[in-house]
Amino acid sequence: MILALVEHERGLPAEASLEALTLARELASVEGTDLDAAAFGGDGSALADELGTYGVDTLHHVDHDDLDGYAPEAWGESLGQLVEEIDAGTVVVPSTDRGHEVAAHAGVTLDAPMATNCVAVEVDDAGAYELERHRWGGSLLEHARLTGDRKVISAAEHEFPVTPADEATAPTVTEFTPSLEADHLRVRVDRVEASDEEGIPLGEARVVVGGGRGVGGAEEYDQLEELADLLGGTVGASRAAINDGWRPHDDQIGQTGAKISPDIYIACGISGAVQHMVGCKGAETILAINTDPEAAIIQKADWAVVGDLHEVVPELNDALRDSA
Amino acid sequence: MNVLACIKRVPNTGAKIVLTDDNQRIDASNLGFTMSPHEECVIEEAIQQADAHGGSAHVLTLGPEEATEQLRTGLAMQADEASLLETDGSEWGPRATADAIANVVREMAEDGTEFDLLLLGNESADAANYQVGVRVARELGLPCVTGIKSLEVEGDTAIAGREIAGGEEIYEIDLPAVITVKEGINEPRYASMRAKMRARNMEIDRREPVGTAGAGSLEKVRLETPETDDSAAEILGEGPEAVPEIVEILESEVSVV
Ligand SMILES: Cc1cc2nc3c(=O)[nH]c(=O)nc-3n(C[C@H](O)[C@H](O)[C@H](O)COP(=O)(O)OP(=O)(O)OC[C@H]3O[C@@H](n4cnc5c(N)ncnc54)[C@H](O)[C@@H]3O)c2cc1C
Ligand SMILES: Cc1cc2nc3c(=O)[nH]c(=O)nc-3n(C[C@H](O)[C@H](O)[C@H](O)COP(=O)(O)OP(=O)(O)OC[C@H]3O[C@@H](n4cnc5c(N)ncnc54)[C@H](O)[C@@H]3O)c2cc1C
Repeated sequence: MILALVEHERGLPAEASLEALTLARELASVEGTDLDAAAFGGDGSALADELGTYGVDTLHHVDHDDLDGYAPEAWGESLGQLVEEIDAGTVVVPSTDRGHEVAAHAGVTLDAPMATNCVAVEVDDAGAYELERHRWGGSLLEHARLTGDRKVISAAEHEFPVTPADEATAPTVTEFTPSLEADHLRVRVDRVEASDEEGIPLGEARVVVGGGRGVGGAEEYDQLEELADLLGGTVGASRAAINDGWRPHDDQIGQTGAKISPDIYIACGISGAVQHMVGCKGAETILAINTDPEAAIIQKADWAVVGDLHEVVPELNDALRDSA
Repeated sequence: MNVLACIKRVPNTGAKIVLTDDNQRIDASNLGFTMSPHEECVIEEAIQQADAHGGSAHVLTLGPEEATEQLRTGLAMQADEASLLETDGSEWGPRATADAIANVVREMAEDGTEFDLLLLGNESADAANYQVGVRVARELGLPCVTGIKSLEVEGDTAIAGREIAGGEEIYEIDLPAVITVKEGINEPRYASMRAKMRARNMEIDRREPVGTAGAGSLEKVRLETPETDDSAAEILGEGPEAVPEIVEILESEVSVV
């Protein structure tokens, strides 16, 4: 049996979890086995209605008197116990902070190996997984072999487009009560503090204007801010610009920053290092403005302007203001 | 308060990654080496916390002799001590890596150095297995939280924040604890030339790691550079003369105007 971990908010499954579920369903169909889901808290039956669209046979709704809100070790331990109880061969989690954290704990409980950020999985005759996974944040692919009676894998984000099952199901809801000790519950979310950030978060913006070392200074970002405003977008930056103290780290796009998926990414004064580009793989289109026609970003963009951003961007802002 | 900072040496790749002929590794012959940005923050955080609460910051890596370069980066940033768990350069799986780290923490405790806080990166730059921290914690029976971007220590409690959509979730954890961090938690300092010189001559504690190399049940077959669309961009023009073309694209091709 394949078990997928589903994160949800008030009965609505999260996008990344549906992607993981899509991979899990593929595996269940190849292995000719059931597709089950596990979810914590909330309303199990409302969630089950949603999951039927994706072909889930049984939803294991995990609940415990002492489980109130997110607690990494308790969730991981519970997931591990559930896997043993229902004898699932493989657990598929989304590549989210929680997905990886819970899976790492479950991996310890189960003494099972974990393959993170998988983009493709095939099953060989012996039941081993021949998989492809991201390395270096996705700038490299690794072909690997995962063996063992129990396997934990995470589905790389944006790699498994969410697709409904050919035939919808009416999932059975089963309550699962793990046996937890005080130690499992010692780490838990104490409170949530709302951010005072204004504007559109980078990850959700339809237009992102990125500035790199070529921008030259903190004040020079004003012109990029203006361009972003005119286009209803948000400003992002490269790590080099952040290291120079021109922008806060929240603006960083890339392997160790935000992943963006706008309709257009306008990259100004950015050379196109692989660790930056993996953050913009989700961009529909890229326009680069760079003085160097040999810059790597020119290979990776759809359109490019060879020139000084300090001349191009203000002129572009003028033109957009006029046409508005 | 004594803080342990765990880091990993990795090649410093640039605009293009080149593999060795057997597709097993990154061809690093023309590359320098570095550590993940998360781990630079690990070192910075260890130093700041040790300074603020009195104690020492200790950098640790499992890796080949050459990894002393990354340890010295830590020393130059003003970490107090550094330990190398010396390997012959072969890769250690996440379980083996975690066991070796847990073991050295126990060894050091027996020798009188107890760590109140063990810091690691959320995920390594290269393999990103997202689990060494959790495994170290479970091995040592310590509480653990991952992906932390703000941290304060008050008495015996760590107040740690993790970014979520629209804000931050806050954890309060009793020390000793294992915490994995993300870039952005602090701004790592640049080491001065003098500090770098000083670090060159500092003693590095060397130990043999307990355990053995080996991938375990996740075995690498080969690496591949993913296919990218390397058809060069359509050049719209040079300098401001390209502005009408840009506006045209924004209007009709991507419809954001
Ligand atoms: C493990 C690891 C993780 C990393 N994670 C990230 C990450 O998350 N995000 C990230 O961004 N980086 C990351 N990096 C760093 C990355 O490798 C690059 O160093 C960084 O992206 C370079 O930033 P840049 O393009 O702004 O700077 P540079 O490479 O210095 O490029 C500046 C560009 O600006 C152009 N230019 C200069 N002046 C002008 C002008 N007046 N007008 C127009 N163009 C101009 C130049 O031609 C050049 O192409 C990471 C590195 C490592 C090792
Ligand atoms: C023969 C062989 C083949 C391998 N093949 C693969 C493979 O196919 N795929 C694969 O993913 N891995 C493979 N590995 C192991 C891999 O290279 C990892 O380094 C190792 O598994 C640790 O995982 P990580 O660095 O990704 O851990 P993560 O859990 O991502 O690391 C989190 C944090 O742990 C700390 N940390 C990690 N490593 C060290 C270290 N050495 N010293 C000190 N602190 C450290 C750092 O703070 C890091 O930020 C192989 C190993 C061997 C022996």
